[in-house]
Amino acid sequence: MRAAVVVFPGVNCEHDVVHALTALGGEAELVWHRDTDLSGFDGVVLPGGFAHGDALRTGAIARFSPAMREVARLASVGAPVLGICNGWQILCESGLIPGAHIANRDLSFICRFVEVEVVDTNSILTRYAEPGQRLRIPLNSYEGSWVDPSGAGRVVLRYVDDPNGSQDRAAAVANAAGNVVGVMPHPERATDELVGSTDGQVLLESFLRAAPVPA
Amino acid sequence: MTDDEYQSVVDILEREPKPAELAMYSVMWSEHCSYKSSRKHLGRFPTEAPWVVVGPGENAGVVDIGDGWLAALRIESHNHPSFVEPYQGAATGVGGILRDVFTMGARPIALWDQIRFGPLDQPKNRYLFKGVVSGIAGYGNAVGVPTVGGELEFDDCYTGNPLVNVMCLGLLRRDQLVLGTAGEPGTVAILLGKATGRDGIGGASVLASASFDEESGEKRPSVQVGDPFEEKKLIEACLELYEKDLVVGVQDLGAAGLSCATSEPAGRAGVGVDVDLDAVHTREMEMTAPELLMSESQERMMAFVAPSKVESVLAVADKWEIESAVIGEVRPGNTLTIRHRGSVVAEVPAASLADDAPVYDRATQRPLWLDELQARPSGIQITDVGAELAGLLADPAIGSSAWVHGQYDHMLFLNTVIGPGADGNLLRIQGSDKALAVSTDGNGRLCHLDPRVGSARLVYEAALNVAVTGARPLAVVDNLNFGNPEKPEVMWQFQESVEGLSEACEALGIPVVGGNVSFYNETEGVDIHPTPVVGLLGLADPMPEPPPRLSRAEPGMEIWEVGPAATANLAGSAVQRLHSEMGGTPTAGDPQMARAVISLAVDLAHRAPVLHDISDGGLAVALAEICIVSGVGAEVTTDNPFSEDPHRFLVVAPRGTVEGDDESTRRIGTIGGDTVTINGDALPLAECTDLWNNAIERALAG
Repeated sequence: MRAAVVVFPGVNCEHDVVHALTALGGEAELVWHRDTDLSGFDGVVLPGGFAHGDALRTGAIARFSPAMREVARLASVGAPVLGICNGWQILCESGLIPGAHIANRDLSFICRFVEVEVVDTNSILTRYAEPGQRLRIPLNSYEGSWVDPSGAGRVVLRYVDDPNGSQDRAAAVANAAGNVVGVMPHPERATDELVGSTDGQVLLESFLRAAPVPA
Repeated sequence: MTDDEYQSVVDILEREPKPAELAMYSVMWSEHCSYKSSRKHLGRFPTEAPWVVVGPGENAGVVDIGDGWLAALRIESHNHPSFVEPYQGAATGVGGILRDVFTMGARPIALWDQIRFGPLDQPKNRYLFKGVVSGIAGYGNAVGVPTVGGELEFDDCYTGNPLVNVMCLGLLRRDQLVLGTAGEPGTVAILLGKATGRDGIGGASVLASASFDEESGEKRPSVQVGDPFEEKKLIEACLELYEKDLVVGVQDLGAAGLSCATSEPAGRAGVGVDVDLDAVHTREMEMTAPELLMSESQERMMAFVAPSKVESVLAVADKWEIESAVIGEVRPGNTLTIRHRGSVVAEVPAASLADDAPVYDRATQRPLWLDELQARPSGIQITDVGAELAGLLADPAIGSSAWVHGQYDHMLFLNTVIGPGADGNLLRIQGSDKALAVSTDGNGRLCHLDPRVGSARLVYEAALNVAVTGARPLAVVDNLNFGNPEKPEVMWQFQESVEGLSEACEALGIPVVGGNVSFYNETEGVDIHPTPVVGLLGLADPMPEPPPRLSRAEPGMEIWEVGPAATANLAGSAVQRLHSEMGGTPTAGDPQMARAVISLAVDLAHRAPVLHDISDGGLAVALAEICIVSGVGAEVTTDNPFSEDPHRFLVVAPRGTVEGDDESTRRIGTIGGDTVTINGDALPLAECTDLWNNAIERALAG
């Protein structure tokens, strides 16, 4: 798998994502948000951070970045597309995942390890995890609470507790086909025991082993 | 500016200054920029060591950590702005310290915040505390630099004058070091970043160099409004400029804005600069020359660029979507010439703004009340160790800091091996087997009782805090928060504190590579306690793997106390604070003991699962913290469990790890059970955990 990690101005997790994917044997490369050609990549990660300073609304401006047209095209042909934290917010704004994000229930930023449970393995994030498996992964967000009046989003990871008021305690949501997933906690921060956990590995490995797009 | 200072300006210029010139001198010669009251004393600090690459005087200190890597570190205060406007004051403090570090060519990798407030039972203090924490979170998280630790203290003396200090650590390759120089004649000055507006005008002089009174709220327009998104882009753009070797020198537009960003690099390089203010990109109409020269921003930078590289620099700025403007050129000679709307508004010797600032030899006087205070006997009788411990664990300065650090991104960059809530924080250096450790420490009550002894103990404590992570002390930065320097008692405290810090650094063989002085921390004529804050960097080579953690205690492990036996002295301790008592003579540090105990700690960090420094709340609190975090009880027997005497730490380890039951290494108990039991007094672990976990929430609830 050769993954494009899209860098919008203001994102900050791009190097961590590249580091984690590379350590797991994948290939990952930073791509500037003005690039319009993602051919040659098998999948896409939108990393966490504050794309365009979260101006207006999280993800509201990033959806108009030139690279997003190519991301939408790849998503439509079944390529694996993963949005982490701010990346998920961008996927929602782009209409690639149903719903939107609002501020955490307690109106404060949350940075801590949380426990999530695998509730659906039919997605590029959860395919190689066990149903019911519990994973310890860091959450790091302010607008982390997902709402989806349409009911079309498919929850694949669910918080064991309820840290932020997210609908259905959703920590990760997939599109119908399962090739586009948004996840609020950061799997790339849980790939090394030295910094707290290796529970994110199975998620990123699922992403890396997702079927590449037919050319 | 005083009459005498005005006369000095007239002497330098050999004429009356123009309005813009007066504005420049007044802000550059402010206490905050010129260190005019402290400079005489700061020469006392030991600043040299073979590993020092850049010492005090530049934007940040830089030390060599081997393998071609350098570490840049710097500490700053944003006390006054934070009182006037807590969210923006604290936020722009973060922005400022980051800028000082990436100005040197380093990528900022971590932040530490040292924050001090009045007691939380007062609504105003709760407002300031919450505002400052969310300001730090709002800026630090968005700018994308993790806040991995810090310090929290509450005391009445900070009610009218909170302290908000922030430290930053950066990493750079040796060949990427950039200095604040203007280069040779012909070099082009390019202003990068956010457009200039009327916020942040003269913050250094209006806010940071004056005391507080009831009208302080009217100074809100002098506080900058932070923009972490602009700074994030500016960081990435600057790092790309350094990587491509496109700049000669770089200077920030912090305190004193454009005045400083042109005069200091010119002064360092011994050249002049011609600046055209009409070229400055602004976001407000009709700004005057003094406004343009004094506007401070964390998100603006001045780059000095060879003519052949100007186009490349502008292209990098364009890629990162930051504004840029060519505003001047370096000239032979030494004159800083500022033009605005077709006329010369300032023409001054560039170096005079920085170098000819007045230096005051202010009077010092040992406070008359100090003898009585130091001789005051303690009335504290501890009858129930468990009850005393419960009171300490519920104290918001001692209880878990999760309410605070849970709002900060402390994990970004995947380096945080030991994060917030520990003695020292350990950050691995990826691609090597080394790690950097940092501890920041202050203690206003201790320093109030004896500024020299108290200040020295801060260095010893910080050094031991990094040692228990497996790191040896390498360098110190300090932030000296004091009251009004025009009072001889305050100047005496300052001088004593500098002496104490210097003595301890000399004893440990570590240099001071930078610092900051914040005077005029007084409100309505009442000064804060002298509150120097030490930021100490250590190097773990190699990093202990697995590293010692508070969470690694298991039933059956032995508990050892290492270091000199504690005396019954409680002067300056948390127990005194709990009993609303203040007095006595604090136990002095012992250089030889400090060195020996640090070596022992570094050695044990590679073998023992848990090491914990004994400080606030004494051995009792240190033990309870291990039990709470590990989820298991303990039983110990020890004298003076609440003493905070220096050079002591706890070790928890399986039998056989620690040897010798001698004077400096004593086995005091065993891990196990579901109580924290000290000298037979038991406190249920569940109660300890509840009190400690919820200390800040409950204090905020009133």
